[in-house]
Amino acid sequence: MFIEIEEIAKEFGSERALHPVSLSIPSGALIALLGPSGSGKTTLLRILAGLEFPTSGRVMFDAVDATGLSVQARRAGFVFQHYALFRHMTVFENIAYGLRARKRRERPNEAEIGRRVNRLLDLIQLPDISSRYPSQLSGGQRQRVALARALAIEPHMLLLDEPFGALDAKVRKELRQGLREIHDTTGLTTVFVTHDQEEAMELADLVVVMSMGRIEQIGKPSDIRTHPASEFVRTFTAA
Amino acid sequence: MSEVSSIARTPSVTTEPRLIRTLLIGTVVVLISVLLFAPLIAVFSEALRQGWVAALESLTSPDARAAIGLTLIISAIVVPFNAVFGVAAAWAITKFDFRGKAFLITLIDLPFSVSPVVAGLALVLLFGANSWLGAWLIAHDLKIVFAFPSIVLATLFVTFPFVARELIPVMIEQGRAEEEAALTLGASGWRIFFTVTLPNIRWALLYGVLLCNARAMGEFGAVAVISGKIRGETTTMPIMIEMLYNEYLSVAAFTLAAALALLALVTLVLKSLLEWRYADLLAATRRH
Repeated sequence: MFIEIEEIAKEFGSERALHPVSLSIPSGALIALLGPSGSGKTTLLRILAGLEFPTSGRVMFDAVDATGLSVQARRAGFVFQHYALFRHMTVFENIAYGLRARKRRERPNEAEIGRRVNRLLDLIQLPDISSRYPSQLSGGQRQRVALARALAIEPHMLLLDEPFGALDAKVRKELRQGLREIHDTTGLTTVFVTHDQEEAMELADLVVVMSMGRIEQIGKPSDIRTHPASEFVRTFTAA
Repeated sequence: MSEVSSIARTPSVTTEPRLIRTLLIGTVVVLISVLLFAPLIAVFSEALRQGWVAALESLTSPDARAAIGLTLIISAIVVPFNAVFGVAAAWAITKFDFRGKAFLITLIDLPFSVSPVVAGLALVLLFGANSWLGAWLIAHDLKIVFAFPSIVLATLFVTFPFVARELIPVMIEQGRAEEEAALTLGASGWRIFFTVTLPNIRWALLYGVLLCNARAMGEFGAVAVISGKIRGETTTMPIMIEMLYNEYLSVAAFTLAAALALLALVTLVLKSLLEWRYADLLAATRRH
């Protein structure tokens, strides 16, 4: 699915989180929204997911206006910063949640749900943890379970909010590779938010550098390195 | 248990010298014994002063039975109502941002800060014969004051905040992320409430309900003012206890008091049992 963001702006009360920004995300791309805290990157991601609604502007999915579409109708697989796993459910129940929440007509039967959950557990390379609770998992395992849960709904796009933010450096590197592989296998249009320029440069096809609610530059990692569009981009990506 | 003993064995930086520890623990034990256990034991021993038979006899008198029945019915009405209200209020306050939120929280706390007697008087003023509303009610043959409905109203008012107050801090701490996650997974509002929100707050909810129940059964002040204390009709257990005591029927008074205390103890035992039965699950959900 390709995504177009047309002149999206967002205000919280009198505060401007996003000045009108526009962005086209080609189908199947892996995009990083890169910027310091308060740059509006998470707000933009939440607007894509339907968790926040823009004050003005339009969001288009495959050239169809989706601005007013509800969260549920968007089928955006979302990985939260602290994963937001359901703490009272096992890993299996967490991953199956989205399938079981479907309307009866579209809901797969329990055997099929079991097959799909197991396939996802294989995909994240954690086949043996289905009966554990989130509190019994390491940070890296939680992140992967959150990813599997988001993928279980057969999403139209994958959105990740600081997916590696809460992990130590070593696990972070491993999981970065893991996300790249999952993206390449599923072919999903993927947008992730990060404040880590190295992460953005290494992982993404296209990097969107943001600051103070504005997009500073959109480009391939190499282009941004060699031709920073502004002083801000130059200093931020040099760090 | 193992956690406690390991803490005792390896001294940590926050551990005090032995003398201070003994002193602190000793003070707490003495205070609890004097202030909590001694009166409870006194009530039971006073109730049984003339033996089991006399105690049971006083409990089975028509007035005592009416009082026990009334108290149980009142809490059976009030507790579910306030549980539903408490969950709804806590949900609204913690999951949504709206104008006047701080004011709403203050309003919920009102019954905590107002004396129950004042609450009872206010209800008399509102529904009594001298008010416009009261006159209308009497004209339509609806008896509120000095009757069953007034006791329900007074108890509702007094126990209003218990569940909400118990839930709000828990729900604030848990935040909205899990609900948002459920939303992105396609769940409807009701489904999210029953599969995500409610399971996460069940222990706080249970605790709030138990507190609410204990207070609903034990409320005296507001009910004393508004019920009219009509024997066998509008006398709840606490009111009946006071009446018996004032009539120097001390065995009957203390037996009923013991019965009331027992009802409260049953709820506490119930809570401990549930906590013991689900200890693993409880630990799993809290550690996350």
